[in-house]
Amino acid sequence: MFAIDVSHLSKEFKVQKNRQGLKGAFKDLFVRDYTRIMAVNDISFQIAKGEICGYIGENGAGKSTTIKMLTGILVPTTGNIQVNGFVPYKEREKFVRGIGVVFGQRSQLWWDIGVIESFQLLRKVYRVSAQDYKTRLDELVERLQLQDILTRPVRKLSLGQRMRCELVASLLHNPSILFLDEPTIGLDIVVKTEIRDFLKTMNQKYETTILLTTHDLQDIEALCSRVIMLDDGRIIYDGGLQELKQTWGKGTEVVFQFADHYSLEHLQELTQGLTVQWSKENDITAKVWIPQEETNVSQVLSRVVGVMEIRDIQILQTKTDDIVREIYRTGSAASTGGSAAFPATDSTAEAESKAASHV
Amino acid sequence: MFSAYIDKQFPLISAYLDIMRIRFLMMMAYRVNYYSGIVIYAINIGAYYFLWKAIYGENETLNGISLVQMTTYVAVSWMARAFYFNNLDREIAAEIRDGSVAIQFIRPYKYLMVKIMQGFGEGIFRLLLFTTPGMVIVTLILPIELPKDPAIWALFMVMLFFSFLINSQINIMTGLCAFFIENNEGMMRMKRVVIDFCSGLIIPITFFPGWAETVLKFLPFQAITYLPGSVFMGTVGGKMIFTVLGIQVLWFVLLSAAVFQIWRLARRRLFVQGG
Repeated sequence: MFAIDVSHLSKEFKVQKNRQGLKGAFKDLFVRDYTRIMAVNDISFQIAKGEICGYIGENGAGKSTTIKMLTGILVPTTGNIQVNGFVPYKEREKFVRGIGVVFGQRSQLWWDIGVIESFQLLRKVYRVSAQDYKTRLDELVERLQLQDILTRPVRKLSLGQRMRCELVASLLHNPSILFLDEPTIGLDIVVKTEIRDFLKTMNQKYETTILLTTHDLQDIEALCSRVIMLDDGRIIYDGGLQELKQTWGKGTEVVFQFADHYSLEHLQELTQGLTVQWSKENDITAKVWIPQEETNVSQVLSRVVGVMEIRDIQILQTKTDDIVREIYRTGSAASTGGSAAFPATDSTAEAESKAASHV
Repeated sequence: MFSAYIDKQFPLISAYLDIMRIRFLMMMAYRVNYYSGIVIYAINIGAYYFLWKAIYGENETLNGISLVQMTTYVAVSWMARAFYFNNLDREIAAEIRDGSVAIQFIRPYKYLMVKIMQGFGEGIFRLLLFTTPGMVIVTLILPIELPKDPAIWALFMVMLFFSFLINSQINIMTGLCAFFIENNEGMMRMKRVVIDFCSGLIIPITFFPGWAETVLKFLPFQAITYLPGSVFMGTVGGKMIFTVLGIQVLWFVLLSAAVFQIWRLARRRLFVQGG
């Protein structure tokens, strides 16, 4: 049985349209105009138990809406969801006892009381026995090093401390599925790494299924074996991260630092017959672009290394960031464009205007 | 011992009690509010006492109520208000507006129950640290006649509890309106004034003109202040006491149904529309 089983899931929102001007405002008083927005449009996926799956997409792509449907906060317009064997929005109270949720942008701890008090309250809310609670809390506290801040009120914690506490709070009842909505947002690199490590161990030790949304692709690289990419409410990619890189990372860049001055023509001669593209960085550094399909790196290296005296070689893989940006830009993972260089289009503005944020 | 038993047998009840306790502790933490509250209530009770004294002038009684009874009514009404008053409407509206109400649905408890318990924690805090000492002081300063029958005291406590429930229900309904209208700030302000006025806190219901009195008798507000106050000052006695208590219970039941209905609509709206 799958931990999460979603088929043909759609969610449509009715959004009020405001007419322009005074006349429009008057009209609005009597007849409201609505626009229908498909936040999630006919998506299907299955996540097996123990899997860590990354759920990515631009702002407003429908990630949060999906998470909200999966956690039972929203009722889907059409389609079926099974999480942990439950239909989330039915039997809500029973269902939520088996899941853990962290919203990175929103605290779930009680703001004014000590962290430990929040935990004790959650223990009762989730009906965890005193003994299980103790073992579990000890383990989590030690793993995340929270000993010193347990008695402090949440409002006095730093964001990093708070986020670690949120994770503990969501795991106290040992849920079999953990939903993380941007768990590393706004955190520094040390805390991010710590949280990633922590999630990984939890996943390995307890087979906790994790579904996380994020904008930080390093989260995905560090954690996920699988990525689901969403755009405009549709799934545009579902598969391994490695494959995503292979299909989309269109090539490799190698930077040579030579011992002496070189000439570009000489290098081009050396790699004659190979479809590569040299460019000059400075007097002693040259860069070569190697398209993935046609040439491989070792061919290029073997031709250059024997002839030139080399101080340093750097091989640059296309970053996942670039790949994803490119996919967002073209709007589909199916089409494979041929352009080598990725234009650094800032698609944020576009994304923002498209985004319809729903609570 | 007892709490350990509850904890084991009814963990959820224990959680609700904890929520109440936490709110109680929170109120302790924000004591400044509490001190300023004492001043405000002292001024109100004092002002209304002198106002009524002036209104009575040479009269022994007005509408069958003596000045001593009226003073008792004023004092006990304001002190009762300290107990049943809470800001659940504002809290709920704020949680709806900033969207954190959604988070409440991923917890295996009932949101409204949590809210009521928080209100109750607040109420208990004020009952112990405010109403009780306040009542002692007021009794020493103003000419007040306390009921001698312990049964009346007990009954008054029960009625006070219902005042709290009814007031909280009205608050919850007002707060939940934030689901349906974008800004219910005005509504909440209006509600506060309406409750203070129509519950008989400012003027006992019998002092209203006949038609208004009739209207108010068919509204739930009198059950918050006027009914328990009348029992306390002794204008309602004998078998009437049970009628009065019955009215409170009836309103509690009716409002429960209303709250439930609004909650259902609100949830549907949240579920379907995303708040």
